[in-house]
Amino acid sequence: MYETQYHRASSVQDAVKQMEAAGEGKYVAGGMTLIPTMKQRLAAPSDLIDLRHIGEMQGITVSGRSVRIGAATTHHDVASSAALKAVCPALCSLAGHIGDPHVRHMGTIGGSIANNDPAADYPAAMLALGATIVTNRREIAADDFFTGLFETALEGSEIVTAITFDAPAQAAYQKFANPASRYAMAGVFVARRDDGDVRVAVTGAGANGVFRHGDMEAALVANWSPDALSNVSIDASELLSDIHADAAYRANLVKVMAKRAVAAA
Amino acid sequence: MGVEGIGARVARKEDKRFLTGKGRYTDDMSVPGMKYAVFVRSPHAHAKILKVDASAAKGMPGVIDVLDGKQLLADGIGNLICGWMIHSKDGTPMKMGAWRPLAHETVRYVGDAVAIVVADSVAEARDAAEAVVVDYQELPVVTDATKALEPGQPQLHPEAANNLIFDWELGDAAATDKAIAEAAHVTEIEIHNNRLSPNPMEPRATLGIYDNGDDHYTCYTTSQNPHVARLVMSAFYNVAPENKLRVIAPDVGGGFGSKIYIYPEEIVCLWASKRTGVPVKWTSDRTEAFLTDAHGRDHVSKVKMAFDANNRIIGLKVDTIANLGAYMSLFSSAVPTYLYATLLSGQYDIPAIHANVRTVYTNTAPVDAYRGAGRPEATYLLERTMETAARELGVSPAELRRVNFIRSFPHQTPVIMNYDAGDYEASLDAAMKAADWNGFAARKADAESRGMKRGIGMSCYIEACGIAPSAAVGSLGAGVGLWESAEVRVNAVGTIEVLTGSHSHGQGHETTFAQLVADRFGVPLDSVNIVHGDTDKVQMGMGTYGSRSGAVGMSAVVKALDKVEAKAKKIAAHLMEADESDIVIENGELKVAGTDKAVPWFQMALAAYTAHNLPAGMEPGLKEGAFYDPANFTFPAGCYICEVEVDPETGQTKIIQFVAADDFGNIINPMIVEGQVHGGLAQGIGQALLEGVHYDASGQLLTASYMDYAMPRADDLPSFQVSTSNTPCPNNPLGIKGCGEAGAIGSPPALINAITDAIGNNALTMPATPQKVWAAAQAAN
Repeated sequence: MYETQYHRASSVQDAVKQMEAAGEGKYVAGGMTLIPTMKQRLAAPSDLIDLRHIGEMQGITVSGRSVRIGAATTHHDVASSAALKAVCPALCSLAGHIGDPHVRHMGTIGGSIANNDPAADYPAAMLALGATIVTNRREIAADDFFTGLFETALEGSEIVTAITFDAPAQAAYQKFANPASRYAMAGVFVARRDDGDVRVAVTGAGANGVFRHGDMEAALVANWSPDALSNVSIDASELLSDIHADAAYRANLVKVMAKRAVAAA
Repeated sequence: MGVEGIGARVARKEDKRFLTGKGRYTDDMSVPGMKYAVFVRSPHAHAKILKVDASAAKGMPGVIDVLDGKQLLADGIGNLICGWMIHSKDGTPMKMGAWRPLAHETVRYVGDAVAIVVADSVAEARDAAEAVVVDYQELPVVTDATKALEPGQPQLHPEAANNLIFDWELGDAAATDKAIAEAAHVTEIEIHNNRLSPNPMEPRATLGIYDNGDDHYTCYTTSQNPHVARLVMSAFYNVAPENKLRVIAPDVGGGFGSKIYIYPEEIVCLWASKRTGVPVKWTSDRTEAFLTDAHGRDHVSKVKMAFDANNRIIGLKVDTIANLGAYMSLFSSAVPTYLYATLLSGQYDIPAIHANVRTVYTNTAPVDAYRGAGRPEATYLLERTMETAARELGVSPAELRRVNFIRSFPHQTPVIMNYDAGDYEASLDAAMKAADWNGFAARKADAESRGMKRGIGMSCYIEACGIAPSAAVGSLGAGVGLWESAEVRVNAVGTIEVLTGSHSHGQGHETTFAQLVADRFGVPLDSVNIVHGDTDKVQMGMGTYGSRSGAVGMSAVVKALDKVEAKAKKIAAHLMEADESDIVIENGELKVAGTDKAVPWFQMALAAYTAHNLPAGMEPGLKEGAFYDPANFTFPAGCYICEVEVDPETGQTKIIQFVAADDFGNIINPMIVEGQVHGGLAQGIGQALLEGVHYDASGQLLTASYMDYAMPRADDLPSFQVSTSNTPCPNNPLGIKGCGEAGAIGSPPALINAITDAIGNNALTMPATPQKVWAAAQAAN
């Protein structure tokens, strides 16, 4: 790791101030990707501004079916929130299967979505839940937030402070883990609302990162059952290929995980 | 057996130290003035070095010096060598290309060391290493061994045309071809054995200390065989004469073969210590371990197995290409030859065998022994072929094996080995019973009803441990003898130190070797200490690999104990004015049989050292040494059965049960043996299901971290059912065969046979990842 300066921000405002004062600063909100990358000397921020201890970014609030999760909330806290489990158990389950206990006690939801790793779990949930990404400057619809591999709509010193969504009627997430890293090789989050609207979001598989699958959504709007997906074709040409899974296999996994998610919802 | 003697389930003495973080590993060693080394490594798989410019690096903060390969050459440090000479079938010797500890002309794989930076801290050394400017001229690259043999491919070493190191054969080609021509059935199959990274928990490390007062070197290193390291560094690498070089391998956290070899880093750190005048420590990071630890396996073989009309094997022909990587590592030539082709008879009575092996240079990390070393390659090939043949012949896999089992011993195979003892059917029967083989059909039907594909597979392995005797391995090309040494020192208060030339890096020697002594003299286990791993303390020994410590190392201890016992009885007889032949040793006392006269063990020891009252002419003291050279290998064998369920939608394999029924000969500590089997099974299952080294076409290592190299985790493994049915080895005093590698040898084919049974497609290679299993299952439909 190259030398870096660590700052623990006390507030969102303090964090922005620190970032703007830094030469090549970087926010850290758990550091589950950033710190290993720095250890490999593949990233060399001059300053690390830690968002994890900012009070206003903590905690989960559930009001009716309306959910707000502070961006610095750890995966463990999301996984074990009784209030959240009562309205959206799928998100608790997703959080409870990220990494291992160490990761779940360090990593945060804001860190995960701001990083937008193409194999991360949370981005699929954000898209499928139609979540709103709240920053210190604005609110961004999840559909507009994830813009490519490790790319988001965030600008400069902008900070994700919370995410909000209305809990769907039914939802589930199923992922097939990479045998080595145990990140998703294909993860599918399905969510159905009382008005019949369905969203299906796929992570781990897309060549351009997380995406929604319109054909699967349409098929499930017409018929909310795993079998409805049998005849939907998944275009392998838009999927990742690597030593663990080629695009054709990922296309198969996307459909299988989607069916299993519908069955589990 | 006593509660702490031979056969007792004694908890490991060393575990308190290991489990409470009190182990002392090489990286824990610290000496005054010590500095830290980082190696500059090639980012290219094949390139000419035009220039190494360290001028900027030398001026960076904390930097003591930067040294390169030209300086190393100028100081007369020798090439790394392969210590086992193999001749091609045309009589020419193997083509050993130059391996410089620091490359100064050509780099041949990603990770090849080019320079060493010594600095006040690791971070400063790393910063400076990045500032060393190496001007490379890239050369074309070949990573695949089969391709490397083709004309027109990049050439790695001028000595080796078409990258061929040797083209070797064993067995009778004409007789084998005749058997195939006359066969009622021939099974043909191509077998791939995947390349593995060894992944010991402790990465390699070394601390080189040069003392200019005595012109003496000390090398702390992560070694399985410190005396061999000293021998090779003295005799071949010209580091220092043996009496000026002390090698210490303290606690070592796993080796699996990868810490047998002497690597560039030990040599360069010793040399750099003299050059810089400071002790130099280097500790590998995990990426360096993936890049530079000697890999294992990487074979491609074509197999023909011939059967007569009664399903008896009449011939086996094997043509193997083995990838040895960029350079010949220390024992790399022995692994795909005498540790491999000699095991191709398996547990079967095969009248004619012929094996041809070509070894090849490629732009990849060197390949050498990895847990099992040659025997897993032979077993995987043979047991997949047997399973395939059973399916083709329409007979049960168990019956095909039974028909062909060797049933009388000793048995001379057509490939050198002479099996001394075994009962293969006993292991087969035990495994089938434990696995409820006969109930499989019902379990398969149940799985089918849940949409799962269930399969069952077996593997009947044999292996050879305690490679020996020295004269025989010498005649086959080994550069060393393969005996073992021991010294037993009885202290004046009766406590006992056993100095062994073998080396423990996870095997539990501090417990099992002590059990031998406790058993012999009836003294408490706690009064016995095992000393190993330091060339200044322990007499010359050959270290630990190939499951040799029990069969060879303990046999040397037994010989030394015999001598101690004889002298102790003489002293006791003298003290009690009894006849020496009437003395028996029980519960820590030397007694006159049939009387109530006794001398406590400690009193006899004290008498030996006070020397006030010894038999006339007897030397004082009680310390005896022995060297033991075995008469033969030992031949552990067994039957493994694996049952799996494959999810046809995803290709995910779940191991439902894994049964291991082994014959290890006599057992010193059943708990430690079970632990060895569990670990071996985990590694074999890792190879079969998860692990695989991948290089891309430019020679970059794609699996350079655990993000991409899949290691077995606890939840990948079932609860193992292990048992033993033992036939004692007739060739060593304890009847021991060895158990360190069996699990890794026997398990891969059992697992792959189970998966191919489940999906109905035999075209599957290791690791059987979900993607491959899914694709194979699709192809079968």
